[in-house]
Amino acid sequence: MILTQQLILGLLVGGLYGLAAAGLSLTFGVLRVLNVAHGELLMLGGYGAFWLFTLWGIDPFVSLLAIGPAMFVLGLLLYWALFQFVVKAHEEVRIKNSLLIGFGLTLVLHNLAIRLWTADERAVTTAYAGAVARIGALAIPLVRLTSLVLAFAILAVLHLFLTRARWGRAIRATAEDWEAATLMGIPVGKTYLLAFALGTALAGIAGGLVSVSYSISPSIGLEWTLKALIVVVLAGLGSLFGCFAGGILLGLAEATSVVFLGGPYREVVGLVLFLVILVVRPQGLFGGRA
Amino acid sequence: MLEVENLEVSYGALAALHGVSLTVGPGEIVALVGPNGAGKSTLLKAIAGLMAARRGTIRWEAKRLDTQPPERIVECGVALVPEGRRLFARMTVRENLELGAFTQRAQKERREQMDRVYTIFPRLREREQQPAGLLSGGEQQMLALGRALMGVPRLLLLDEPSLGLAPRVVESIFSILGELHRDGMSLLIVEQSVHAVLALAQRAYILEGGKIVGEGDGQSLLKDDHVRSAYLGPLARGGST
Repeated sequence: MILTQQLILGLLVGGLYGLAAAGLSLTFGVLRVLNVAHGELLMLGGYGAFWLFTLWGIDPFVSLLAIGPAMFVLGLLLYWALFQFVVKAHEEVRIKNSLLIGFGLTLVLHNLAIRLWTADERAVTTAYAGAVARIGALAIPLVRLTSLVLAFAILAVLHLFLTRARWGRAIRATAEDWEAATLMGIPVGKTYLLAFALGTALAGIAGGLVSVSYSISPSIGLEWTLKALIVVVLAGLGSLFGCFAGGILLGLAEATSVVFLGGPYREVVGLVLFLVILVVRPQGLFGGRA
Repeated sequence: MLEVENLEVSYGALAALHGVSLTVGPGEIVALVGPNGAGKSTLLKAIAGLMAARRGTIRWEAKRLDTQPPERIVECGVALVPEGRRLFARMTVRENLELGAFTQRAQKERREQMDRVYTIFPRLREREQQPAGLLSGGEQQMLALGRALMGVPRLLLLDEPSLGLAPRVVESIFSILGELHRDGMSLLIVEQSVHAVLALAQRAYILEGGKIVGEGDGQSLLKDDHVRSAYLGPLARGGST
């Protein structure tokens, strides 16, 4: 019974891991840069929801409609100010340079958050925060369930965009072979910009959802970057639904370890999975290529 | 009319082309032959904008191409079918074709052009929903060519279109290139199977060590002693295939 309850909670948090990972996977897969400040961008989204709620009493699910576009614009600015210089470099150099820039950005955003919101843990506690659906002795927190469904819906819309829209296809083409993409007349600079902004928006929306069900503080960035990275390795590049499934897998694995090994092992199990996948199946569970 | 004048291109400190000049007239089909490492692919990449010119100019229909990014060059009606085809392997045949029509100019004629490509290559219509990576080598070359045609080019640059293909497939690809030429398209073809391409081309250039060392019409180069010994092999010297 405890296991089942934990698995339910693991499944619910897993959807958010998947959403956080999808943004990282998009920027990594298309630009070939690793944005280690992804978790900090997620944190900003969380504080955005927190601010909108405490200052103006806006429902956190409604505020996603503002956070998504605002973070998209922030993504445009960050790309323009920082990452456009990274993608001009050769592919092997890109990762290294992006790590340096990402760490710098991490420090800046972390300290900015301490300035603006202090180091305290915050959460958006709505009137309906405690609502649960009961099945026998099992409790399903409705807010978290809503978040899971929303995460899936957002990824589904993104999937439609990437497969149907002209610019969505251009993003996928750039991810596969940017040079061939330029030969199609695709301005890859613009697809990089668009992919980065979308990745940032996904991080922000994930952050908004995190603030409703869990808590945020200036230091959560690293933890979420790590979760996202584990899921990207687990799922492999190039599949949004792979990310979602990978996130849920991580959530379930963590829940299982909490029951059988105890709470402190929660963070360990993800890293062990990370190493095992890298050794056994480096292209990831759902990735097509190495 | 494509006019390349005194083109110099280098990889870092290593010069790949030393002052190459050539022309491709309107509706002309021109071959570029030469040994491995002569700079043939580099020349095509430079025209397509994938490599920067250090010196010299590239003009197409009186517009400068060497100062423009590759996506603008595609918009001007110049398409490159790259060596190794470079398809989007995880995307379907249809998606690859749609991407070929990415430019504003090509978007307008997307439907007609798709029909045209499917008429030329009925195999591609049958395989429409398959990932490009699962096609056979010949089908992949058809797709690479079809994808370039989706951009409605007036100048088609082809880098080794016969590479790794069965002779029968090469023959059909070359006959399609001949048809495109009859429809008025200009073609510049880099090719290892020298015999086939010289038979098709109106004129040909020989590129060695980054320099043009010979030029002539296809038929006369086929009879040229240097060309015969260097590119057609000892068997060709006797006059047989």
